[in-house]
Amino acid sequence: MSTGVYDYKQDVRRYLIVFFALATMTIITVAVSYIESGKAMGIAIAILIATIKASLVACYFMHLISEKKLVYLVLGLTAIFFIGLLFLPLWESHSIFEGMQHLSLMKAVRNVA
Amino acid sequence: MDTIPYTVQARPDTGLYNAKLGVWLFLASEVMLFGALFSSYILLRTGSPSWPNGASILNIPLAMTNTFVLITSSVTMVMAWASLKIKNLKKFKFYSGMTLLLAFIFLIIKVFEYSAKFHHELYPGTSTFLAIYFTMTGLHALHVIGGIIVIGYFWGPGSRMWLIEPERFTNRIEVVGLYWHFVDLVWIFLFPVLYLL
Repeated sequence: MSTGVYDYKQDVRRYLIVFFALATMTIITVAVSYIESGKAMGIAIAILIATIKASLVACYFMHLISEKKLVYLVLGLTAIFFIGLLFLPLWESHSIFEGMQHLSLMKAVRNVA
Repeated sequence: MDTIPYTVQARPDTGLYNAKLGVWLFLASEVMLFGALFSSYILLRTGSPSWPNGASILNIPLAMTNTFVLITSSVTMVMAWASLKIKNLKKFKFYSGMTLLLAFIFLIIKVFEYSAKFHHELYPGTSTFLAIYFTMTGLHALHVIGGIIVIGYFWGPGSRMWLIEPERFTNRIEVVGLYWHFVDLVWIFLFPVLYLL
């Protein structure tokens, strides 16, 4: 957070601009979901818009745009672990399909019995 | 036993006051908590032979209204903090009161949404999609309730601190705001992931 004289009017103006940007992007996300429903492009656009919205909230409402180095360090480490956590299931996806095949086999055996 | 002293001013070593660093560390743990659920969602979705489109089961207009409610509450929360920066307690009370009201509206809409699902006999045990939907939105709603309790305290009895230690009170509102914006941030991802994809 920056020190010095606090400019209330400038901050309020900034918060309102961010609010209108977030509201507009929400409408765009819903509109795109109807056009590109279930398609890969629709998923990519929705995630991209959500990421932009989240960045706006973090940068302006949470003041990350002018934060101290230690906060960036904490969040940088968190981001690395978070991304790792998200990709963990994809990395192990072959085991999921093997597991599913095993389950269907078990089901078929049970049905025959 | 030594206790961590409360610092109103930023510490020279961290550049932050203690509460702010504490809240950022807490939010980092929260990222991992919700991250585990998002990871589970990917696992369940990629491992499932078929996955329903959220729009076919869930109510998009209600969820979209809730998105607007939460982003508006984020604005009122940050305005509450800004009001204290210009030493205006009356404005703070107004904006934090608005935040509380919007948080209640969010929960009321959520109750309508859940009861409609139960009315149609759609429960967490009905399908994998509904299991992850109720788990993620339920945990998020618990965070909203947590926010209501804390913001409500500072709007009511906790605001007495302003008369004795205004700077400390302003810092408290800033860290409460960080938590509240995080709750908004989680919803920003939950909305498209569960309702639109």
